[in-house]
Amino acid sequence: MVLNLCYLDHAATTPMRAEAVAAMEPYLKNRFGNPSGAHAMAREARRALDAAREMVAQALGAQPGEVVFTGGGSEADNLAIAGVVAARPGGAVCTAIEHHAVLHSCRAFEGAVVAVTSSGVVDLDRLAETLDPSVSLVSVMLANNEIGTVQPLADVADLVHQFAPEAVLHTDAVAAFTWLDVARLAAPADLVAVSAHKFGGPKGVGALVVRSGTKLAPLIHGGGQEWGRRSGTHNVAGIVAMAAAVEAAVAERGATVVRVSAERDRLVDGLLSGVTGSQENGDRAIKIAGNAHLSFEGIESEALLVLLDEAGICASAGSACASGAVEPSHVMAALGVSRDRARGALRLTLGSTTTTADIDHALQAIPAAVARLRAFSPGRAPAAVPIGLNPSSATV
Amino acid sequence: MAAALAVAEGHEVVGVTLRLWDNQDTSGCCSVAEIDDARRVAGQIGIDHRVWSFTDDFETHVVAPYAEAHARGLTPNPCIECNRHLKFGRFLDRALQLGFDGVVTGHHARILESEDGRRRLLRGVDPGKDQSYVLYVLCQDQLVCCRFPVGDLTKAEVRVRAGELGLATAEKPDSQDACFVTSSGGRSALLGTRIGLHPGRVVDPAGAVLGAVEAVELVTVGQRRGLGIGASGGGERLYALAVDTVSATVVAGVRGDLLADAVAVGGLSWVGGGSVSGLVEAQVSAHGLAVVARLEPSAPTAESAQPFVNVVWSDRQRRVAPGQSVVFYRGAEVLGGGIALGGGPACSGSLSGAGSP
Repeated sequence: MVLNLCYLDHAATTPMRAEAVAAMEPYLKNRFGNPSGAHAMAREARRALDAAREMVAQALGAQPGEVVFTGGGSEADNLAIAGVVAARPGGAVCTAIEHHAVLHSCRAFEGAVVAVTSSGVVDLDRLAETLDPSVSLVSVMLANNEIGTVQPLADVADLVHQFAPEAVLHTDAVAAFTWLDVARLAAPADLVAVSAHKFGGPKGVGALVVRSGTKLAPLIHGGGQEWGRRSGTHNVAGIVAMAAAVEAAVAERGATVVRVSAERDRLVDGLLSGVTGSQENGDRAIKIAGNAHLSFEGIESEALLVLLDEAGICASAGSACASGAVEPSHVMAALGVSRDRARGALRLTLGSTTTTADIDHALQAIPAAVARLRAFSPGRAPAAVPIGLNPSSATV
Repeated sequence: MAAALAVAEGHEVVGVTLRLWDNQDTSGCCSVAEIDDARRVAGQIGIDHRVWSFTDDFETHVVAPYAEAHARGLTPNPCIECNRHLKFGRFLDRALQLGFDGVVTGHHARILESEDGRRRLLRGVDPGKDQSYVLYVLCQDQLVCCRFPVGDLTKAEVRVRAGELGLATAEKPDSQDACFVTSSGGRSALLGTRIGLHPGRVVDPAGAVLGAVEAVELVTVGQRRGLGIGASGGGERLYALAVDTVSATVVAGVRGDLLADAVAVGGLSWVGGGSVSGLVEAQVSAHGLAVVARLEPSAPTAESAQPFVNVVWSDRQRRVAPGQSVVFYRGAEVLGGGIALGGGPACSGSLSGAGSP
């Protein structure tokens, strides 16, 4: 395990905040009670759960009774989509740049996938075309996890009210929470999903805001926890840690955004000027502060990530899939960029723990890695072989 | 095993699994389960493991040509193209680009270095396991960067070494079909969607109709079963002699008609870099016998767009299905090889004797 890594993959996950670790420790040790019970151990756990719920609700601009704790962001998205459509059958509409948890969930129900503009924003006209009374749910993420672009949720809500007034509006705020005032910006949505490990909390815990009056069937049946919306013994330690992280994240958000966007700008501008044949993906003016996304001509992400890994830099490209390979990004495809541009993409995501030294190192290592890849040429002419045609009719 | 052997020899090794096609199934080639297995073994050996995706190139250079070949009535060998373009093409290039000295694979074959530095490609020591046939497309530049440590070990020795290294020796059975053809759908599912499968007539060399097949694109020269011909009373077995997808016709004949004096081979690749003529042993399938033949080079004519050799058998041999590879050996050494030519409209003239056009 290499120490002193230059970690620039905060969109994938973030280090746990000290407050979160401290908050959860007692619940890993002596305070092991199950909140669903009558005795003292249970009541203590219940108190911690309630306190956590208040904190999370506050941060998300919701009432405590509107917060459903889940096993993470993907589960929250799945619950939102499947839960709404089960309660009121109809189509599920989403944008082409949604996270796969949303895309695949919506795919199960017939619904349009709405194109985005080349700057990475949902095409509102196309969205309007898909909306009609048969639509049960519309899902538009608050900020995209790959290219960081912030979506015009208020405008989306207006269109939904106008053309599909019965439809429920869901927003995946998983990538947005660290950087944006979700309480305010997600207010037009009926369902809001967040994930703790993206803002310094533990993995395996998240939340879905379900505004009062929203009809939602549960995915997980059982003991009836979370008002019957998500059964299962509460991950008390995780939830307590999530609440601590949420509070810390909101408190420092303003300052973090200012500091990190300056470092991000330094990084991107430095790479754009330091590497020929480089371009930025997604409109920076509407990006979350921590996101840097570029394409380098003539190289492949997979190879670049190997060299960056050797230089101690943790970054990503496309989307990591279950196989561990770098799969072509559906987000890049949705932007309409060329295959080559998509293939040479690099995502660097900064976080509250990113230092100037990290950016200095990245500004030195990335251009060097790109140059090294570009310097290589196979030396062999690529083989082009006919497939066994009769020579008198062969065309190569 | 190959990776473990390389590590044992003192090399710095990274294990790579190639993701060549999108297998959504839970098992089978390129599935997540397979990749997980590879990662586990890498962990056992103590090497890093990476997964590199070349799905676009695999589609372009292997799957699409495979489908196209079937559409033209040929019988392609996609493993050859995968070796040519992917395993010893993109993968090898990526390794070199990242500063590696070369690649190690588990192919049962051997590479020897001559005094002048040139590489020679030989069969593996165990004739029953020899895989040199699929490697004939390698050239000097590639061989310099390859290692095939398993080629020096017999099956028994592999078992012993595996035991020493603490590795399971579960051998994957040779699949009947290409790695990207699922066992559930078969070729029909893959080709049906890509090129469409069409019914065809089966005729004898004189043109008389004998029967019909559901999918002419799935018929291979030399095929005996599935030709839609009932057992004609007292008649000899019939074999597919030629496939013409344009007219949707399969010509079938008796075994005697299936024999040919020669086969024209194009798309030539020479291990040593220069072409070879004279006597060789030619092998027409991955584990078939190599048979003595004489190579007669033919220059491209005004009609033909590529050089080819006539492989003239010392004793008549069954026709080689166009699209299949013919590999030339001298003893254990691979000289090179190419792809059997043919195809085009079937007519009785082209069926008598010679395989040359």
